[in-house]
Amino acid sequence: MTRFEGIRLFIVSVALLIIAAVPAHAQKLGPDGAPNPTASVTDQGTLLRQAPRIEGRIDIPDLKASVLEQPAGRTWDYFHEVLLHWGAAVVIAGTILLLGLAYLIIGRVRIAAGRSGNKILRFKAFERFSHWLTAISFVVLGLTGLNVTFGKIVLLPLIGPDTFSDVAQAAKYVHNFTSFSFVAGLVLIAVIFFKDNFLAKVDIDWLKQGGGFIRNKHAPAGRFNLGEKLVFWLSLVAGVAVSASGFLLLFPFYGTDIPEMQLAQVVHAVVAILFIALILAHIYIGTLGMEGAFEAMATGEVDLNWAKEHHDLWLARRLKEDHRDESAATPAE
Amino acid sequence: MARMKFLCDADRCIECNACVTACKNENEVPWGINRRRVVTINDGKPGERSVSMACMHCTDAPCAAVCPVTCIYPTEDGIVLHNKDLCIGCGYCFYACPFGAPQYPKVGNFGSRGKMDKCTYCAGGGGSEAAGSAEEFAKYGSNRFGEGKLPLCAEMCSTKSLLAGDSDVIAQIYKERVLKRGYGSGAWGWMTAYHEDIKV
Repeated sequence: MTRFEGIRLFIVSVALLIIAAVPAHAQKLGPDGAPNPTASVTDQGTLLRQAPRIEGRIDIPDLKASVLEQPAGRTWDYFHEVLLHWGAAVVIAGTILLLGLAYLIIGRVRIAAGRSGNKILRFKAFERFSHWLTAISFVVLGLTGLNVTFGKIVLLPLIGPDTFSDVAQAAKYVHNFTSFSFVAGLVLIAVIFFKDNFLAKVDIDWLKQGGGFIRNKHAPAGRFNLGEKLVFWLSLVAGVAVSASGFLLLFPFYGTDIPEMQLAQVVHAVVAILFIALILAHIYIGTLGMEGAFEAMATGEVDLNWAKEHHDLWLARRLKEDHRDESAATPAE
Repeated sequence: MARMKFLCDADRCIECNACVTACKNENEVPWGINRRRVVTINDGKPGERSVSMACMHCTDAPCAAVCPVTCIYPTEDGIVLHNKDLCIGCGYCFYACPFGAPQYPKVGNFGSRGKMDKCTYCAGGGGSEAAGSAEEFAKYGSNRFGEGKLPLCAEMCSTKSLLAGDSDVIAQIYKERVLKRGYGSGAWGWMTAYHEDIKV
């Protein structure tokens, strides 16, 4: 074979390959030479194997309607009615159960040295406002959100379909608009407490000492201990995730299509459930779980002995600052 | 008891949109809502097929399952109806529906979509209104089914591409057609809607 023949053979083979690849759309002929209508049949099974949904052209302006079939709706239904119901019930009931167990085993963490009677300011008024703005919004959003998932199981049999429908309708609007105060609170909290929540070396010591849950072991901490820092960072991440997915749901189909709306709902629901579990633990430790903790967010002032036991480094720094302020404010006479 | 279904024989649909018009006229559907629509697949290419699609009145309807106020339910004929008095316009049925059937009168942000509207199989409403009453018509449209008639879209389909009626009957008609002409693109949406296909 000469070199020329070799090149010709190569060109012919390539041409044959191209011809073989092309007639995907060309009309196929039956054995008798007549056009075979079956060959060009577009069946939905083939289309659905190529893409998760079937789309076409449509004459009406509503472009969403050009999606002919999206079987993923069934998958989302399964998520919403089976996975979410059971997952959420297990996570939330499990958290409550664990916290109940913690209360039975560890009990209320007391101020070991008793109250000193002296108070020190832990949270300023604006810090408390930011916390409670977020907290109240969260509880409202949590209850109205759970109503969407569990209302028909829990509340509907109690109050009947007509009343429940009115309640659910109101809850929907409350949920949609409370989101703004929640986001405002979240931003405030993020900005105000950002610098106090960086992880530090002392957090490892705090963890080694059992996080203050073990009596007669002192766990050192700055303004926030590792547990509080975790609540801060996890809340921030979860807050951003629920807010972002929530805004997609508030403005449906602005740059999103049906699968993306489904995904937004899945992210919103899953993160919200985990967020509720986290905040349940946060509420427990801030109220029932620890003596002297709640007043930090209620009046803003905590007992000196409580501060000594739980935030010794912060207290030392605060006392030093106060001392410096005092000596600066009262010049030598 | 009969199980009512829709079947669109895509090999017969000529994309005339008469079903869409018939539905709008019969039910006096508000502007912007199309309970039925015709989607053309592979438009302008070999293998082009048009399919008339509306609510398929699914078995284990996903819209009914996800509805947070359970206002959607199947009748004993398998027709999926809903109660507009209970609907809160949350939009979940639209996310769950494999066929894009639920529609809302408003393009609503902040959940202000209004009450969901969808094909009722010309069987009136799922609310408390008396069957065939003016109130029912204003809210849900025609109740032909109560008069013993099938949905108008299928009844007036000029090529009899769109079939409505008892599942066994329309499946049998479709099978006979496929056997006679020797090909068929299948009963569109049946596998997704009813967990079964028509094997010929």
